[in-house]
Amino acid sequence: MDFGFKLSPSSAVNLDTVDHARYDRLVRLEPDALTCIGCGSCSATCTAAPWSGMSVRKVILGLQRGRDDEVDAMLSRCMLCGKCTMVCPRGINTRHLILTLCRLNRKGEVVR
Amino acid sequence: MRERIASHFDPFVIPFLIGMAFVLGYCLIAMIRVIAQLPKADRKRFLVSLITPKYIWINIRDIFLNCLIHVKLWKRNRVLGFMHSSIAFGWFMIILLGHLEVMLFVPERIHLFYYPIFFNYFVAETESTIQGSLLMFLMDFFLLMILSGIAIAIIKRFASRIVGMRRTTRLSLLDQVGLYSLWAIFPLRLLAESFTAHISGGSFLTIPTNWVFRQFLGNDLNALPTWWAYSIALCVFMCVLPFTRYMHIPAEMLLIPMRNAGIRIRHPRKGFALLEVYSCPGCGVCIDACPMSVRKANCKDCTVYLNRQLRRGNERRIEEISDKCLLCGKCTAVCQVGAQGPELRVAQRERRKYALSPSFAGINVRPMASAVVNGAGGESGGVLYFAGCMTQLTPSIRRATTSLLDKAGVRWQMMDPDGGLCCGRPLMMAGRSEQARELIAKNLEIIRASGCDTLLLSCPICYRIFKEEYALEGIRVVHHSVFFQELIAAGKLQVQREDGLKLVWHDPCELGRGCGIYDEPRAALAAAGEVIEAGKHHAESICCGGSLGSLTLSFEQRRPMVQNALDNLTVENPSEIVTGCPLCLATFVRAADRPVRDIAEVLDSHS
Repeated sequence: MDFGFKLSPSSAVNLDTVDHARYDRLVRLEPDALTCIGCGSCSATCTAAPWSGMSVRKVILGLQRGRDDEVDAMLSRCMLCGKCTMVCPRGINTRHLILTLCRLNRKGEVVR
Repeated sequence: MRERIASHFDPFVIPFLIGMAFVLGYCLIAMIRVIAQLPKADRKRFLVSLITPKYIWINIRDIFLNCLIHVKLWKRNRVLGFMHSSIAFGWFMIILLGHLEVMLFVPERIHLFYYPIFFNYFVAETESTIQGSLLMFLMDFFLLMILSGIAIAIIKRFASRIVGMRRTTRLSLLDQVGLYSLWAIFPLRLLAESFTAHISGGSFLTIPTNWVFRQFLGNDLNALPTWWAYSIALCVFMCVLPFTRYMHIPAEMLLIPMRNAGIRIRHPRKGFALLEVYSCPGCGVCIDACPMSVRKANCKDCTVYLNRQLRRGNERRIEEISDKCLLCGKCTAVCQVGAQGPELRVAQRERRKYALSPSFAGINVRPMASAVVNGAGGESGGVLYFAGCMTQLTPSIRRATTSLLDKAGVRWQMMDPDGGLCCGRPLMMAGRSEQARELIAKNLEIIRASGCDTLLLSCPICYRIFKEEYALEGIRVVHHSVFFQELIAAGKLQVQREDGLKLVWHDPCELGRGCGIYDEPRAALAAAGEVIEAGKHHAESICCGGSLGSLTLSFEQRRPMVQNALDNLTVENPSEIVTGCPLCLATFVRAADRPVRDIAEVLDSHS
């Protein structure tokens, strides 16, 4: 029977089961990440956003919530154009933050 | 003429021979290593160039002009030019004349390696022949020339401002040993030749010195110790040479033919890069030139220190220096040996390992391609305008550019009306050229679909990569400043000149030093107002400080650089600052005390 709608899977985040290793390491390497106020300026200017949904704000949020697959999908679309850095009201070097994140594996280790 | 020493030998030549054997052996092995490290195609290209007559001539000319005369340095700073050419050329002439003397007077001794160097000790000559007196005069003349150079070098070391250098490099311990032994060589040679002058003859310099010393040291036994000292100074200098900045002397002689053959940096530690690192004379001209060095803390991040750390293998500092640089290219523009600091850093960034690499191969560009096909309306030719990512942050540039295109009656369409893909240059600057190539392939698809004959760019960052890395045969790639200058010159664009309008043109790094475009934007601006120059302009213009080249510089760290660049632009008090780069514009607008506009905006408001 098709009711025209269906139940969607729960999107609840259980923080107890989230591994924060990558986020913790990022914060140690890029302490500026802590100053993010989630204003979304980066998302608004992102060149990749229209066709990929990339958003630095969501990347930082996703890391905190253990949404690793979403984070990686977004990171793999970044073209490093640097516009997010230019508009960040907190002066976060988001471009370098993305590069640093790409160097970390899921356990939060810097690959060599 | 007679030979003084029957055995043609004295133990004091031994230090010289040891030093010479060491330095020649070291350089030979180093040269073979560098050539062996080149990729196969590069190596073949280089070796072929060595036997091509055209290159042989160019190489000899360049080595003579750069290594001996230091023409580039003369153009930059006459005192430093004189200092270097007097030492290099003077020393070369003394060695040459020494060999000439041996060949003329005792040709049977030419196989003795040390004879030309210590000629006056072994052979007593007479001034009574024209040959003898002329050669001795020339020897003294060139020795005096070197000594004057050494005198300037000593002054420069203790007060670099006198010779026009604000900052100079801090020397390492071995550099100091090399420096002091180099300073010692020539005064010791003067002493040695002077003490021997009443036996072996001399000229205007050595004979009076000999006379002065004989007034209170009337003893021939003084001669031998000074010859020993001269030989030991030569030995010390040659033995430390490979480990000091003086390695640039032999390295540059290989660098010049390699560069002439068109070899590029492919690996930050091997082959051509290694050679460039060793060719760095550590003069520190790049320190004053570097836009980062407005803050003293950044002085140690200039190319001269990158080269030094690469020689030492200090990985932590190499990474730090490589990531900080703005890649503006000014160090290369002022460098006496043309060391490519930015290329070296990008090569270093390319070696970095990542856990996650972006991928663009899967992007569907068909909608963008079909949009430009529809936009062309079935006609081929016309202008395709690619605004680029940065121009989306500065929409005024896009508005002005499209308005000017309409006014000039050009048939055009936009490649990225609703935003597009990045050109790939920022990825390349970050050392991710593989990913950049994927973007290039995607953008090429759209450009080819449009059927345009001209690709117009309002961003020099895009312009450079479209020119250098895109295979766009049959399509003209043009920056909007050049395009509008041509439209004005052809009379298709009418620009009204405003009296009293003083415009200063800021040369963006990627457009000026990157692509060599300096005159067209100035010519276009001259139609709208009076064009004045900044303090430092053309190839020496100062980076705005907003460059994407730097990965690690924060907004706060960039601020003094932006201010410094603005101060440089406003020395002649212009009424407006004009640039041709959306990134420079966005950077300047925040800090400038007067209007900053893109060249398209200025032209649009006057047409």
